Amino acid sequence: MRSALGAPVNLDKRELAAVLAPGVVLALAALIGGVLIAATLEPADRAVLAALLEPRAALLLLGWLLLSGALGALTRSGYLRWVAASARLAEEARVLLTTDVQRELTAEGSGETRALAEVINQLAQQRSALRADIAAQVRAASRGVEQERNRLAALMAELTQSVVVCNLDGRILLYNSRARTQFRALSSAPALADGAELIGLGRSIYAVLDRALVAHALESVQQRLQRGAAHPSAQFVTGTRAGQLLRVQMSPVREIDSDADQAPALNGFVLMLDNITRDFADESERDRLLNDLTEGSRASLGNLQAAVEMLDFDDRDGATRERFLGVIRDEVRAMSRRVTEAASHNAQTLKTRWPLEDMLGADLVAAACRRIEAQHGCRAAASEVDPALWLKVDSYSLLQALVYLAGRLAGEYDVTLVQLRLVQVDGRARLDLMWTGPSMSTETVVGWETDAIRSGDATLALTVRDVVERHDGAFWFERERVRHQSLFRLLLPLAGAGEQLDAAQFVRGDSRPEVYDFDLFRPSEQVRELADRRLVELAYTVFDTETTGLDPSAGDEIIQVGATRIVAGKLRREDCFEQLVNPQRDIPAAGIPIHGIRPEMVVGAPTIASVLPAFHAFAQDTVLVAHNAAFDMRFLQLKEAQTGVVFDQPVLDTLLLSAVVHPQQDSHGLEAIAERLGVTVLGRHTALGDAMVTAEVFLKLIPLLAERGIHTLGQAREAAQQTYYARISY
Amino acid sequence: MSKHVLIADDEPNIVISLEFLMKREGHRVSIVRDGDAALQAIRSERPDLVLLDVMMPGRSGFEVCQAVRADETLAAVKILMLSAKGRDTDLAKGSALGADAYMTKPFSTRELADKVRELLGLA
Repeated sequence: MRSALGAPVNLDKRELAAVLAPGVVLALAALIGGVLIAATLEPADRAVLAALLEPRAALLLLGWLLLSGALGALTRSGYLRWVAASARLAEEARVLLTTDVQRELTAEGSGETRALAEVINQLAQQRSALRADIAAQVRAASRGVEQERNRLAALMAELTQSVVVCNLDGRILLYNSRARTQFRALSSAPALADGAELIGLGRSIYAVLDRALVAHALESVQQRLQRGAAHPSAQFVTGTRAGQLLRVQMSPVREIDSDADQAPALNGFVLMLDNITRDFADESERDRLLNDLTEGSRASLGNLQAAVEMLDFDDRDGATRERFLGVIRDEVRAMSRRVTEAASHNAQTLKTRWPLEDMLGADLVAAACRRIEAQHGCRAAASEVDPALWLKVDSYSLLQALVYLAGRLAGEYDVTLVQLRLVQVDGRARLDLMWTGPSMSTETVVGWETDAIRSGDATLALTVRDVVERHDGAFWFERERVRHQSLFRLLLPLAGAGEQLDAAQFVRGDSRPEVYDFDLFRPSEQVRELADRRLVELAYTVFDTETTGLDPSAGDEIIQVGATRIVAGKLRREDCFEQLVNPQRDIPAAGIPIHGIRPEMVVGAPTIASVLPAFHAFAQDTVLVAHNAAFDMRFLQLKEAQTGVVFDQPVLDTLLLSAVVHPQQDSHGLEAIAERLGVTVLGRHTALGDAMVTAEVFLKLIPLLAERGIHTLGQAREAAQQTYYARISY
Repeated sequence: MSKHVLIADDEPNIVISLEFLMKREGHRVSIVRDGDAALQAIRSERPDLVLLDVMMPGRSGFEVCQAVRADETLAAVKILMLSAKGRDTDLAKGSALGADAYMTKPFSTRELADKVRELLGLA
C-alpha cells in the first residue's frame, strides 16, 4: 500500500519540477534582461520601447509559453531517462538484496542504466547459483552423515553384545537391541515397563549401574588416557538390584577436536555389558564338580591305600582279610559312581564353552535348503519343520556340514532330492537329512563323518564329527525300510526357554528402531531451573489414559495407560509404555466402542497399584504432556494415597497450548488440532495411539509457540494458564 | 606300657584300617565318629594321641583341635590331623591351630605308623 501511494507522489514532485524548470528559467532570464536593458536606457527611450512592446506583449507571452513547454517536455524526458530509471533500478536491486525473490530486473532508461541492470541481473543469478550449490553440498553432507549413522545403527543392531553409549552425565545416547533385551532382564517390573524405564535415550545409566563404580572406572580410563595407553578401557563386575551379575567393559569416547598436544578430553563412554549371572552359576557348578572329584577321590584313595597295605601284612586272619577286601570293593564302586556323575555333568556344562547362538530352527532349514540348491544343483526341501523350535547352534559350521553331506550324496549316489526334517524329541532337536535311494555301509558313513569338509574348492579344517562335538550332539545313518528312505540324523541342543524369548525380541517391529541421538553428547544444562529451560531441549513423557468413564470421584477407573517419549526434540516411537489395567469394576458398555477394551481383556491384567509405579519409573525426570491433561491428572492424583506414587513433575496440556497458538479456533479436540497441524492420525483411541498423536501435535506446537515468544517451560505453562480453556474446571 | 590312641573319623572304611594298624603297632585304640564325641573322649580319656579327621559331622577336626589346644590340661595330647583337603591353606591352618602333624589322604600307612611312633616318642 505504502509504495503504491507514496512512490507516485514522490515522482510527481520531481517530475513536475523538471517540467516547470525551463519556463521559470526563461521567465527569470527575460525579466533580468528587461530590467538590465531598462536601466541602461534614457527615460524617453524607455517610453519608446514600452510603446513598442506593449501591443506585442501577448505575442511575447505566447512565445515564452511555447518555448518553456517545449523545453519542459525535453527536460522531463531527460529526467525519466536519466534519473527516474536509475532510482527504480536501485529500488528493485535493494528488494533483491534483502529478499530471496528470484526475478529479472527490467532494463529501461539510458543505455548505461540498462547495462547496469544487466550486471545486477548477472550478479543475482550468480548469487542464486551459489546458494543452490551450498544447499546441495549441505544436503549431500547431511545425507552422508545420515548414512553413516544408519550404518552404525544397523551394525549395533546386529551385535550380539550389548552396547550402551553415554555422555559424561551418564545419559544414554545410543543403545542396541541386545542391550534393551538385557536391561529387560534387569528390570524389576519386566512385565509392565518391559525394561523401558531403565533404557531409553536420555535416561540415566545410573538407574542400573552404581554411580560410584562408573565414576571409578571413568577415572581409571582417564588415567590410562593420560599415560597414553593404546586401549584405555576399564572392566568391572557389578551386581544389579535385580540380583544379576554384569561384567562391564568401559571404553572412552574422545573429543574429536581437542588439542593434539594435550591429552584427549573425554566426551562420553561406551559400555559393553555381559550378563554373566548364568556363566557364573555354571562356573561355580564346575568348581563344585572339580572339588568333589579331587577331594572325594582323595578320601577314597586314602581308604583304598590303607586297606591294600593292611592286606600286605602276614598276620591277618581270614575274617580280617575279608573286611579289607570289602573296603576295597566299596571304595572302587564309590569312585566309579563319582566319575560317571562328573562326566555327565561335564557334558552338560561343556556346551556353554563353544559360543553357540540362538537360531529359529525353520530359519536354519531354509538357509540349508537354499545353499544346497545353489551349490550342488540338487533339489532340497523342508519336509516337516517344527515352527516353534529354537536351536542353540553354531550356524556357520552346521550349515557347512549339511551342505557338504548333501553334496556327497549328489556327487556319489546321484541323489537329486534331499529333504530336511526338524522335530523336537526328548529335550533335543532332531535334524534329519533324508533321501530316497540305496543304503550305505558303516565304513562310508564313518568316512564322510571324519573327512575334512569341502566347501566349493576349499577344504575346511573341520569334519562333521567336529561340528557334532561342538554341539555336544550325535550323528548317525539310519534307514527306514518301509519308505525306502535313508537319512542322516543329527541331535542338536535346544535354546533355553528364556533365550528363545530374547531372540524373539529382535524380530519384533518392522522398522529399525532409532536408538541413537548423538546430539545428546552436548552437556545438559541441568543447573538451570526447569522453568527456564527451553521447550526444544526438554525430555517429555507424552501419555494418555483410557478410563471406564469421565468421573474418577464417582468410581471411574483407569483401564489402559499408554505413553511415549520425546527426547532431544524427536519422538521416540520405540520407547513406549502400553499397559492394560484391571479396574476391579465393570466396564460400562457405552465406552467399549470408543476405547475397544472389553471386560475379558483386563481380567489377567495387573491392577493400578502395580501399573502406576512402573509408569512413574518410565516417566521419571521428564515433563508430562497429555491432551486435556487435567482429566488424566485427576485420575492419577486420586490414586496417590492408594499407591504412594506422586506425579509431581510439570505438566503441559496440548489442548491449552493449541488454544494459545490458535485462539480464534472453535475446536481444540485432538483430532481437530491434528488436522490443523497436518498430523496423520493412526490408531486413535488406544491409549498409546492417542499418546503418539498427542506427541506429534506437541512437537508441531513448539515452533508455533516460539513465534509467539513462548520459548521456555515456564512461559508455556503461564500462557496456558491464561487461556479461556484453562478456566474450565473438570 | 602301651600308648592310648583315639581315632576320630566318620568313615568306617578308613577306621577299619587305622584301627588294625594302630593295634598292630601295639597301641590301645578307641574310636569316635564325630567331632563332639571326639572332644568329649579327649577330655575324659586323655589319650596320648588323636588321629583327627578334618571333615566330620558336628564339629570339624579344626574346631576340635582348637578347643583341645585352648585347654592347658590337655597340652600333652598329641594331634595328628588327617584330611582329604590337600590345599596349602588347610595345612597352614592345621598347624596354626596347634596340630602336631598333618597328613593328606591318600597316605602311606607306613609313614603314618612312623609319624605316630615319632609323636609318641617311641622312635
